[in-house]
Amino acid sequence: MADRHDAIVIGGGHNGLVNAAYLARAGLSVLVLEQRPMLGGATVSEEIYPGFKFSVFSYVVSLLRPEIIRDLQLPRHGLTILPLESTLTPLPNGEFIYRGSDPHETFRNISRFSPRDAEAYREYGYAMYQMAKAVKYILGIRPPDPTSFHPRELLALLRLGQHFLGLEEEHLYTLVKLMTMSSADFLEEWFETDPLIATLSSSGIIGTFLGPRSPGSAYVLLHHYMGEIDGVFRAWGFQKGGTGGVAEAIASSARELGAVLRTNARVAKVLTRRGRAFGVVLENGDEIQTKLVVSSVDPKLTFLNLVDPNDLPSDLVYAVRNFDTHGSSGKVNLALDAAPDLSCWPGEGPHLRGAISISPGVDYIEHAYDEAKYGRFSPNPYIDAIFPSMIDPGMAPPGKHVMSCFVQYAPYHLAEGNWEGQREAFGDAVVNTLSQYIPNLKKIILHRQVLSPRDIEKTIGLSGGNIFQGELSLSQLFFLRPVPGYAQYRTPIRGYYQCGSGTHPGGGITGAPGRLAAIEILKDLHR
Amino acid sequence: MPIPTPFHSRTALLCQTNEWRDWSGYLSAVTYRPSHEAEYFAVRNAAGLLDVSPLYKYEVTGPDAQRLVNRVMTRDLAKCRVGQVMYSPWCDEQGKAIDDGTISRLGETQFRITAADPSLRWFQDVGYGMDVEVRDISTSLAALALQGPSSRAILQNTFKIPELDTLPYYHLLQTEFEKKSLTITRTGYTGDLGYELWVTPEDAPLLWDRLIETGRNYGLLPIGLAALDMLRVEAGLLLIEVDYTSSLHARIPQQRSSPYEIGLGWAVNLSKADFIGKQALLKEKKRGSPRSFVGLEVEWMELEALFGKVNLPPQVAGRASRNPVPLYSNGRHIGQATSLVFSPILKKYLALGTLGTEYLKRGSEIEIEVTVEYQRRRAPAQVSRLPFFDPPRKKAVARG
Repeated sequence: MADRHDAIVIGGGHNGLVNAAYLARAGLSVLVLEQRPMLGGATVSEEIYPGFKFSVFSYVVSLLRPEIIRDLQLPRHGLTILPLESTLTPLPNGEFIYRGSDPHETFRNISRFSPRDAEAYREYGYAMYQMAKAVKYILGIRPPDPTSFHPRELLALLRLGQHFLGLEEEHLYTLVKLMTMSSADFLEEWFETDPLIATLSSSGIIGTFLGPRSPGSAYVLLHHYMGEIDGVFRAWGFQKGGTGGVAEAIASSARELGAVLRTNARVAKVLTRRGRAFGVVLENGDEIQTKLVVSSVDPKLTFLNLVDPNDLPSDLVYAVRNFDTHGSSGKVNLALDAAPDLSCWPGEGPHLRGAISISPGVDYIEHAYDEAKYGRFSPNPYIDAIFPSMIDPGMAPPGKHVMSCFVQYAPYHLAEGNWEGQREAFGDAVVNTLSQYIPNLKKIILHRQVLSPRDIEKTIGLSGGNIFQGELSLSQLFFLRPVPGYAQYRTPIRGYYQCGSGTHPGGGITGAPGRLAAIEILKDLHR
Repeated sequence: MPIPTPFHSRTALLCQTNEWRDWSGYLSAVTYRPSHEAEYFAVRNAAGLLDVSPLYKYEVTGPDAQRLVNRVMTRDLAKCRVGQVMYSPWCDEQGKAIDDGTISRLGETQFRITAADPSLRWFQDVGYGMDVEVRDISTSLAALALQGPSSRAILQNTFKIPELDTLPYYHLLQTEFEKKSLTITRTGYTGDLGYELWVTPEDAPLLWDRLIETGRNYGLLPIGLAALDMLRVEAGLLLIEVDYTSSLHARIPQQRSSPYEIGLGWAVNLSKADFIGKQALLKEKKRGSPRSFVGLEVEWMELEALFGKVNLPPQVAGRASRNPVPLYSNGRHIGQATSLVFSPILKKYLALGTLGTEYLKRGSEIEIEVTVEYQRRRAPAQVSRLPFFDPPRKKAVARG
């Protein structure tokens, strides 16, 4: 092929797009190759049922790095995050816990269960703010290599050390607790109301093959809190037009900066010669030459599929094979003929503009996890549901609604049968569970889309269907992500880089891996 | 959404302005009539009636009640007799102030505490292992502040309680009106003669009606938070989250203050048995506090001159301002004024604020930032004794 590009980015998900935009911004000619007909990867909106737009996979935004929003001028390109202001936890007995934007109302709501917890909730918010502030620094840096004596690495380690030593003593202890405890245990140090602990702890298990009582889940809790502190948009929000709007905004910015974005272009192999990448070959046989290749797809695909593992050091191959990408979550998207009616809070109300969390107790979620441990989907799952059309009426025809249900657990490996055979049973379990709290639900469902981890893998390529491109466990974070020695976005193949969520600082719509990888690439190019 | 207080059925009818503020989740009138100044002057000249139900209230009972209260508070509550009320801050282990409030001793083993922020968890946790019960009674106790020179006469004429005349400042009476229990404390947030009345929410409207009825002959007006804010600055009384930050809510260490740094050193008793923060406060007492809480009087002539340059008379807010402004000395930033008000009764522009202790020395020139027609200027200010306004009637007893 005639066209030559300085760089090819494999995968048009949000990190690939961010990476491409930053490279283009530095003056490189960049080509993004996306296998699907549309850009976005997991950050995508699709009209699955006529007139109803679904945020098919990822459904809320909070962690998108403010520097990316500024650098790529995303608001000008259509980034519009609408507030998702509340969380409602309906309980089987008809009670509920509602946490909204008015702190006093939230206080009164929690007080009905425990006045102590109502007070602790505010203090907890302050503590998590401090923790997020402490860890935020890490999100913005390339992980230093702790085994290297290179002055650059030593300096980075020194800065890191200084940062943590600069924390208040009490915050340092809390941080170590967060790194080591389970989310439920951590939360039980603050609270006594079981459904409140369960709902808060659910942030510690989202996208992770962990239960609320699994050590390490407290860190995931913090990971989800990170968006709370930057002034750009606080807490969790919902992109106008669905999550795909975020990818569209980044894509629009990348295009303006000169990047070329191609869809329906699945990369089969990265071409290498004498330890150096020089192009890619598409599934249709087309070859495209380039000076450097950046893979935004997950580490397994990056190292085991796109290149010949035999061209890589065997210890790296071994480590990547052991990289945990075990998917644990599913998604059920519903088109609704009318507004849902909750038995604990009938009629329309502010609660429908926020999240509905099916997390009535810690044991409930832990039981759901028990099932998954042994290869069964949870018959009574944890569900995080939102009604995007309540926040953005453009998502569904007037008076009708879309419902997005994030569900855990749905293990990638089933002990018996396969997902093809169990998908609808899983969908039934979700709808049955929700119907206990939303009695009119079954009557108003127009269309149901059920996605198992297998479907997620098949559709957007995420190995194992893991929404973070790999577990956010401590053993797979920072300088261990994706594997020790290769956490600085480079690979053993010169001119071949990684920039997906499988690299530091991990998953969620942060864009941080894409940006940090671009910075490293540009360093190598002396730009 | 803020919710109504137990007096709302009465206050809502009187609140002509419909100007409400969210006070701890409750609807609180800011002013009842177009001019808050009439409400302000009612308190300094006659009497004002203020709904203070949104205060957080706790009851501490049991054999260890005194032990708990004394471990929390920096003042010596062992010295608080039954029927007495004390004002005190309380601190964390680092000696930084968490909150401040009044402690009423209702019995040997019964205390009632008011707080600006929710404090149940703190009190309960401090009392861990003690034979004591801490209850949140915030919603089971409605409260009114009746403040001003006529307040005693209004109370006397409403309830005919002889002991009221001899009730000393910071003392309480437990009594009844129309067979309903009523606690009267001689306390307030205005620096004037005044009382606070505590009843069940059910009895609240009746209490309001009775006082308004009697008050008609004494110039009593319902007053809102705008007037209160002016009154409390004149009285030199600080406000949490305005004049200082609770140590529990500080985002950075510099936002924390010890009682010494917020003008409450007088309420720290370092000779009493161990209490929370004592070790840190002992050290600070020895070493000296880096910051001090002060009253400031802005030099009016200089202020007039600054505005005169743009051909304007001095523009000072009619209401108290809670927008902090920096303080300077020889061009150096030395602190901030956190509450400012033009005192109608003293005819002075007053501020409460915090500055580096070294600038308290005589001869230190202190300047306060003022905005003159959008431009930032500095006007000299003098440190003044607090309270700015301190009438003898505040503490005087009628007879006996």
